[in-house]
Amino acid sequence: MTLLPIDIAGGVVVYWLVLGMFSLLLIGSPKHITQLIFPAGALGALVLAGTGLVALGQTPNVAVLPLGLPDLPFHLRLDALSAFFLMLLGAAGFAISLYSAGYFRHMEARALALLALQYHFFLASMALVLLANDAYLFMVAWESMALSSYFLVTTDHKVPEIRKAGYLYLLIAHVGAISILLAFGVMQGGHGIAAYTFDAMRTAHLTPFWASITFSLALFGFGAKAGLLPVHVWLPEAHPAAPSPVSAMMSGIMLKTAIYGLLRITFDFLGGEIWWWGVLALTLGLITALFGVMFAAVQTDMKRLLAYSSIENIGILLVGIGLAILFHANGKESLAALALTATLYHALNHAFFKSLLFLGTGSVLHATGERNLGRLGGLIRRMPWVAALVLVGTLAIAGLPPLNGFVSEWLLLQAFLLTPDLPQPYLNMLIPVATAAIALAAALAAYVMVKFYGIVFLGQPRDEKLNEAHDAGWWERLGLAWLALGCILLGLFPVQVILQLDHVTQALIGDTLGMSAAKTGWLFLTPIAPERASYSPLFFLLAILVVLLITFLAVRRFYHGRLRRGPAWDCGFPEQTPRMQDSAEGFGQPIRQIFEPFFLIEREVPSPFDREPRYHGRSEDKLWYGLYLPIAKAADKLSAWISILQHGRIHLYLMYSFVTLLLMLVLVRWS
Amino acid sequence: MSAQLSGILFQLFQSLLVVAIAPLLLGWVNQCRAWLQNRSGAGVLQPYRTLRKLFHKDAVIAHNASPLFRVTPYILFSCMWLAAGVVPVLATDLPFSPAADVIALVGIFALARVFIALAAMDIGTSFGTLGARREMLVAFLAEPALLMVFFTASLISHSTQLPTIVEALAHTQFTLYPSMAFAAIAFVMILLAENARIPVDNPTTHLELTMIHEAMILEYSARHLALIEWASSIKLLAYTTIGFALFVPYGIAEAGNWAALPLALIALGVKLVAAGAGLALLETISAKMRIFRAPEFLGTAFLLAVLGMLIHFLLGA
Repeated sequence: MTLLPIDIAGGVVVYWLVLGMFSLLLIGSPKHITQLIFPAGALGALVLAGTGLVALGQTPNVAVLPLGLPDLPFHLRLDALSAFFLMLLGAAGFAISLYSAGYFRHMEARALALLALQYHFFLASMALVLLANDAYLFMVAWESMALSSYFLVTTDHKVPEIRKAGYLYLLIAHVGAISILLAFGVMQGGHGIAAYTFDAMRTAHLTPFWASITFSLALFGFGAKAGLLPVHVWLPEAHPAAPSPVSAMMSGIMLKTAIYGLLRITFDFLGGEIWWWGVLALTLGLITALFGVMFAAVQTDMKRLLAYSSIENIGILLVGIGLAILFHANGKESLAALALTATLYHALNHAFFKSLLFLGTGSVLHATGERNLGRLGGLIRRMPWVAALVLVGTLAIAGLPPLNGFVSEWLLLQAFLLTPDLPQPYLNMLIPVATAAIALAAALAAYVMVKFYGIVFLGQPRDEKLNEAHDAGWWERLGLAWLALGCILLGLFPVQVILQLDHVTQALIGDTLGMSAAKTGWLFLTPIAPERASYSPLFFLLAILVVLLITFLAVRRFYHGRLRRGPAWDCGFPEQTPRMQDSAEGFGQPIRQIFEPFFLIEREVPSPFDREPRYHGRSEDKLWYGLYLPIAKAADKLSAWISILQHGRIHLYLMYSFVTLLLMLVLVRWS
Repeated sequence: MSAQLSGILFQLFQSLLVVAIAPLLLGWVNQCRAWLQNRSGAGVLQPYRTLRKLFHKDAVIAHNASPLFRVTPYILFSCMWLAAGVVPVLATDLPFSPAADVIALVGIFALARVFIALAAMDIGTSFGTLGARREMLVAFLAEPALLMVFFTASLISHSTQLPTIVEALAHTQFTLYPSMAFAAIAFVMILLAENARIPVDNPTTHLELTMIHEAMILEYSARHLALIEWASSIKLLAYTTIGFALFVPYGIAEAGNWAALPLALIALGVKLVAAGAGLALLETISAKMRIFRAPEFLGTAFLLAVLGMLIHFLLGA
């Protein structure tokens, strides 16, 4: 018997579960948990990443486990789509586990053992979500993923805000899960329990009406997990509450499982055949992207800033999915392949750079104990390793060539430029506006990232205690370096990456990009034709480096390299204090002013005569007050009405049961 | 093989030419401005003298400057040089042009901008961060507008490669594109904003509170400042030649066609003289606006560019 990729992937899942439970045995020696369990988990992730990479090009593997319901045992399947996301999970999870080995070393023993248990359960359940081939296993894995991540978010459960954030997360996760369950229910269509397998759903042909219902339910359900507007509110609360490696895992990997689910249902089960689904996804994605980046620009907490940036990136992914559906529904398969490739590429990129940035904030948090941007600054001099590696992530997420963020944005913009071929009237008019919005979001992302990096790592320290900050340890550096290397390699070798992504687009859409992308050799990325568009990051980087070297040597050769250090000039103003630098609020002020209608701004400005002037400003989400609180109030009211039934007297309850029974009998009699 | 070699030679010639004449364009604009303001001016060669002076001085940097601060001028210079190498200034079909299309070109400018903004925040002075914030503000409005201008051109030519755009617009039958007229107005506005010209920014200002670009480089001196100044002049030239490629793409030779080179050089010279004079005129007749009027100015540019794209869809031209 040969070992199939699915056996290895399943083996890794079991291995993680065992590791998690094993950490409970090591409760007495926290050092072993960090030094043994986490690196061992990282090894599993690496194996999984390799398995995913190998399985991308292979025919789908299936397996049926002797577990589960009597008539519905657990079905597993490893096809190209699962393989791609497993690779993403493994590659990012590897770095996060390595980082965790260093990060959690000062944690209290009991909490650490529990955390290690939840952490590995979380990893295993995410892998199982990607492997599941029936609705029951999928939901079981999905729920364990939600629960284990909930416990991880509330690691510091003694802080009331964190408990609140965790509750909100759990609530929205379950609203989403119900919606996903309903989507499966519609696809099953009352055809018995065997119809809950994904194989049956693939062959079930729904009418356009029911297919649209399924799509909408799936979009809402997976959107709630991904942070799509308007079910995004948990994201900026839960990410800062969680320990940084957990934030990295949730943002870098867990959000992608939602993208996986949406792709699975839309393309694999429903065939993605109705064009207005694309418009819906595109519009929602654009709104989400712009909203996310706008709010990221005004944040003062570095992890909240990154959380809003994740919302933006999810928006961009959804835009890509929307375009892919639009092209696919119109029979333009090669263009759909382009849009889908851009989406998958961006998902992979986001897993790398967002994990990198969240882990970077973890190191800053460890070194300074501070999450507030207003009390950071100047850390590039104290933490050169973290600063240099995070700089890579910053440039990548800002969408700058020659790093990876640029490649996926470039592909997406190319896809936009091809929309004039669409047959739907008026859609052509809508697309330029959408292109403009995506360009605006991308440009704003650069603003946000300059703010993030500039305020945390550059300038003068805004607090005395920052002068004692220390650089991250070797485990942490290793994890960060792996992710930074990923950002660079994914940026420099797009053709090779796309050739791997082709297996996924082939499976979902039946067309690929790689054949034309690689036509002019591996050096140049030409998605459609070389005279249409081409880009070569390697060439690009080499040219910059060569010119840089020539300039440097020429300046040294013809002039001199003399350098003196002196106090900062600042136009001759001698009294420089760190408080004169821009604060986080200050840097976000132009955005707040330009996009004022979108924020709920609360500001406290001191009068000119204040002895101790204090400025206080908050920019809040209008949706929270406009949508969530009314819903919460309505729910409260409804439960108050229902509590009329509740008296605490047993004979009344017996009567309720009796009346219900009677009604049932009448119903049965009539039907 | 010889065609390839010839192409590479052409590329080298163009790149060196662009770097060499960039300060001259700046000198010409300043000279025209002086004439328009009834001054005699310092001569078109003044930027070269300034560069020479700066290169000879000893560099002074702040005690707390990080390596990022020191490497940024070189990165800036390389990015601008690279950008100027991609634009078909003298010839289409350069060996280097497949490395980057117009979107990547916008990316190069963004890369340079992010580095200079980060360097400005590195020392931690009040003016440095102020400049960085304003620069990023101008950028996030100008960048999408620039992309929209490029997209209008690429919808007409079905390509995002500048050489193909030039060939589609110049070497086919002469047609007037109403969409390109909108794009041209938007492009001029973006050029003014991105190159720190009046009315968005004033390159000759000494008033720190109104500065944008100058505020970011206050802490630089000597060779670092020289490289930044030089890079800015290359950026101006690159933007101007991008404008030529999009809106007046006449006289641009094909790579390796050495016979067409004199004509291309003359055409470039004439266009640059006219564009420099026009830029000086624009700067003289307009006043610098308050920083919070800049978003309106750039918003107009953005809307004009989007309108250009919409008109392309409406009229198919």
